[in-house]
Amino acid sequence: MEAIIKEKVQQAIDQFADKDVYVHLETTNGAYASHFDENAYNVGAFIRNAKVKYEHGKIVGSGNAYRVGLKLDLGWVYAEGVTDYELDHQNRLLMAGHDREGRLMVALEISETPFSHESVEQS
Amino acid sequence: MTQEHVVVIYPHPDDESFGAAGTIASYREKGVPVTYLCGTLGEMGRNMGNPVFANRETLSSYRKQELMKACKALDVDVRLLGYRDKTLEFEQVDHVAAHLQSILEEIQPTLVITHYPGYAVHPDHNALGTAAIKAVGNIEAVRRPELWAQAIATNYEKELGEPDIRHDVKPYWDKKMAAIETHLSQASGMMSLIKEKPDFNENEELEHLRYERFYRWNYNN
Ligand SMILES: [Zn+2]
Repeated sequence: MEAIIKEKVQQAIDQFADKDVYVHLETTNGAYASHFDENAYNVGAFIRNAKVKYEHGKIVGSGNAYRVGLKLDLGWVYAEGVTDYELDHQNRLLMAGHDREGRLMVALEISETPFSHESVEQS
Repeated sequence: MTQEHVVVIYPHPDDESFGAAGTIASYREKGVPVTYLCGTLGEMGRNMGNPVFANRETLSSYRKQELMKACKALDVDVRLLGYRDKTLEFEQVDHVAAHLQSILEEIQPTLVITHYPGYAVHPDHNALGTAAIKAVGNIEAVRRPELWAQAIATNYEKELGEPDIRHDVKPYWDKKMAAIETHLSQASGMMSLIKEKPDFNENEELEHLRYERFYRWNYNN
């Protein structure tokens, strides 16, 4: 992944508009938050392979954190705190926000094919 | 006399290295075979390497590779159970237990190591520990292996009492560190913590890693 280039991400978002796409949306502060700090809360949510069609989407923000919103027929897909992106070799748009230690805090991914649950060998 | 064989059942690549690498190494030194049944590929992990080199979609592939390297370093067999990270507690316990039992009936271990349900912090740890304890309990008593359960939660000793088994794994420290280091995407935080304070007396985390503690599960009551 690399730091977000707003125009490139917007182009990618546009390219998936009005198509049936699969979305992975996630936020997490880890399963150990309240183990390492008893005053902390464990909070997280994810949805994998939600099938949606959005009429348009936007990336908004500047500097080091962005928000992404996808407007659906009957609702919205929203992610805040996105810092990095990648258009991978399967032409999926992967976006994520990482903290200082490189840990994932939020992810929003868009693909025309379902996200697999299998690992693939890294070259 | 039954052939000794140890089966370790944890849900994530790296649980074996952080939790039981010294114990595993001590068995391998004696020539006892060890098999790791790894529940998931840790594909929902939060650590992506530092600096970041993985993403949500590639993480499982990196972690699978890391797991293979760790198992090579520890000289153990590994089997992937194929569940998905973070979802184990939502599977049917009986189904997971039956799955584990079928593998255990095949391997016929003399000792099974898993997490202590309710005291293992991560929901996957608790869930797989529950299923493992059930699976071993379903094996008929004459062939049933011993089971050791590992607690992690802060203050578990207050509620459970002193662990039955307390291995000082200092003699296997290099092996354990080598195994932990293979988990490159996950372990960088821990490794820098260790390098900052390499003295056992000053570093609480090192103490946790140095003593591998287990409770012997009692199936009689
Ligand atoms: Zn774990």
